[in-house]
Amino acid sequence: MEDISVRHVRKEFSRYPALHDVSLDIEGGELIALLGPSGSGKTTLLRLIAGLESPTAGQIFFGEEDASAKSVQDRNVGFVFQAYALFRNMTVLDNISFGLRVRPRQTRPPKEEIRKRAMELLELVQLGGLEKRYPQQLSGGQRQRVALARALAIEPRVLLLDEPFGALDAQVRKELRKWLREIHDRTGHTTVFVTHDQEEALELADRLVVMSQGRIEQVGTPDEVYDRPNSPFVFSFIGESSALPVTVENKQLWVGGRAIGLAAPEAPEGVARLYFRPHDVELVEGQACLAGVVVASRRVGGTRRVELEIGGDQGLVEIDLPFDHPAGEKSRIAFRPKRWQLFPVAAAAG
Amino acid sequence: MVYDSRPAPSAPNVHVSATTERASVRMTLIALAVAFMLLVLVLPLVLVFSEAFRKGGEFFLKSLTQRDAVAAIQLTLLVAAIAVPLNLVFGIAASWAIAKFEFKGKAFLITLVDLPFSVSPVVSGLVYVLLFGAQGLIGPWLKANDIEIIFAVPGIVLATIFVTFPFIARELIPLMQAQGNGDEEAALSLGANGWQAFWHVTLPNIKWGLLYGVLLCNARAMGEFGAVSVVSGHIRGKTTTMPLHIEILYNEYNFAGAFAVASLLALLALVTLVLKTVLELRFGDELAATRRH
Repeated sequence: MEDISVRHVRKEFSRYPALHDVSLDIEGGELIALLGPSGSGKTTLLRLIAGLESPTAGQIFFGEEDASAKSVQDRNVGFVFQAYALFRNMTVLDNISFGLRVRPRQTRPPKEEIRKRAMELLELVQLGGLEKRYPQQLSGGQRQRVALARALAIEPRVLLLDEPFGALDAQVRKELRKWLREIHDRTGHTTVFVTHDQEEALELADRLVVMSQGRIEQVGTPDEVYDRPNSPFVFSFIGESSALPVTVENKQLWVGGRAIGLAAPEAPEGVARLYFRPHDVELVEGQACLAGVVVASRRVGGTRRVELEIGGDQGLVEIDLPFDHPAGEKSRIAFRPKRWQLFPVAAAAG
Repeated sequence: MVYDSRPAPSAPNVHVSATTERASVRMTLIALAVAFMLLVLVLPLVLVFSEAFRKGGEFFLKSLTQRDAVAAIQLTLLVAAIAVPLNLVFGIAASWAIAKFEFKGKAFLITLVDLPFSVSPVVSGLVYVLLFGAQGLIGPWLKANDIEIIFAVPGIVLATIFVTFPFIARELIPLMQAQGNGDEEAALSLGANGWQAFWHVTLPNIKWGLLYGVLLCNARAMGEFGAVSVVSGHIRGKTTTMPLHIEILYNEYNFAGAFAVASLLALLALVTLVLKTVLELRFGDELAATRRH
């Protein structure tokens, strides 16, 4: 149960910055997701924590110890690679026990002990009986489990996973997600995993680290990040979102010269951008509200998602309606966001 | 006679692949290819063996066991035994550096590795003469210190190493590039040191490609003529390798003797070919050569 502390880390690849001054504190035993689009620097941050890359500036602490000076071998991290990187010339058992077998004589457990431990791990990842197989003879999900068992075998201080479910199909991915959570709860390792799948991050992680363009945008529990995004980027990256340009005047929001019935006593006067979730709206009649004409509609699971053109050419937004709502093309729909956030226009553009 | 207005049944609708030519075109092309192969490849090979036995089995054996022939065979084996392991090490080192690391001058290094392929072997031999020969750059110093390189075994070994250098590196570079660094990183993250990662992970991943390269390198090392001819000095029984010995016999109109020794080299080529084919069939996906297309 080791704390990890990333302090003012910067990383450049041949003068192209991949991370700008990133700081992050991870508590012992936490399950953390690094979430972001490709190119956001999430994998770079993970590799820096592992010691597979060294920071251009800044430090990384494991507990009280400065790990940045240590090589990957000495950091004792369990790293699960995106493509698993299983050793193809070794059996499953040899793969799992590799980390123990390459230890120097003084710290290497006896052969029988190594075998016993590898077999236990094989049971832990529910692959008992497959110890003599080679990686090529396993399915993607099984390889993933072997990779995890191999990383756990060295009794790592922290467990790091790079897109652990990236190469698996949706069904297997869901199962493994649940299973990884169970393993984590049982072994209690401080775990950091990288993903671009927000659903995966929301479901699995204790806390999310949302990254974009080499910077951390927001850190928080899934609830915090989903309900109180601190930037337009986080709002639109996590979950569904609709956005609309609005004007703040007399502590009210206005769209196309009409008050829409949302009060904003704190917001500065002038133009801004309104963000809300398509499912977080209420249909209203005869009051100040947003109104638009349906231009497209499609069935999404148990609801109907309609695209509305807001009156006066103000733009398109999406909202969810009950699946049996009679709205058809060209129907006029009036609604008001139940929960929403305003962001200044400059931030929204960036 | 039964009158039937229906059209006569046409030939069954045979599926023809879009890339298939007419039968006549196919036959012509195949015949051309076979004729060419027979003329250029098979016939000479058959001739080598038939010429070798022209004066009977006894003469054949005598030609191979004659003192100079034995010396030539021994020298060839010695040269290959030095050049191939050295190129094995150089080849792995060069391809390791090129495939797994980014550094300045990498493109230049790749070009340099390929140089022996693009330079005429005679020229590479001459370069060594210019460097180590009596009138060469460091020739006088070598002479003063009693070190013989040109017209001696070290020169032959050097020339052979130069000529056969690309075989192993060329085979390994694309293979290692395709495999990437993932496995090595995994080994290191599990606590392995550099040597353990190389020995337990890198080497097993490239072993069949490496064997393939060694095979080709060895065949060329034993058969090299041009570069070796320039630096050898053709001292009979001392600095003649098998190809040089064959040339000497041939120039002395001892055709049967020349072909007897040549048949050994041809045999080596055949064995190499068989092993190479076996490797390609069995481990094709682990060889760069069969992967390129």
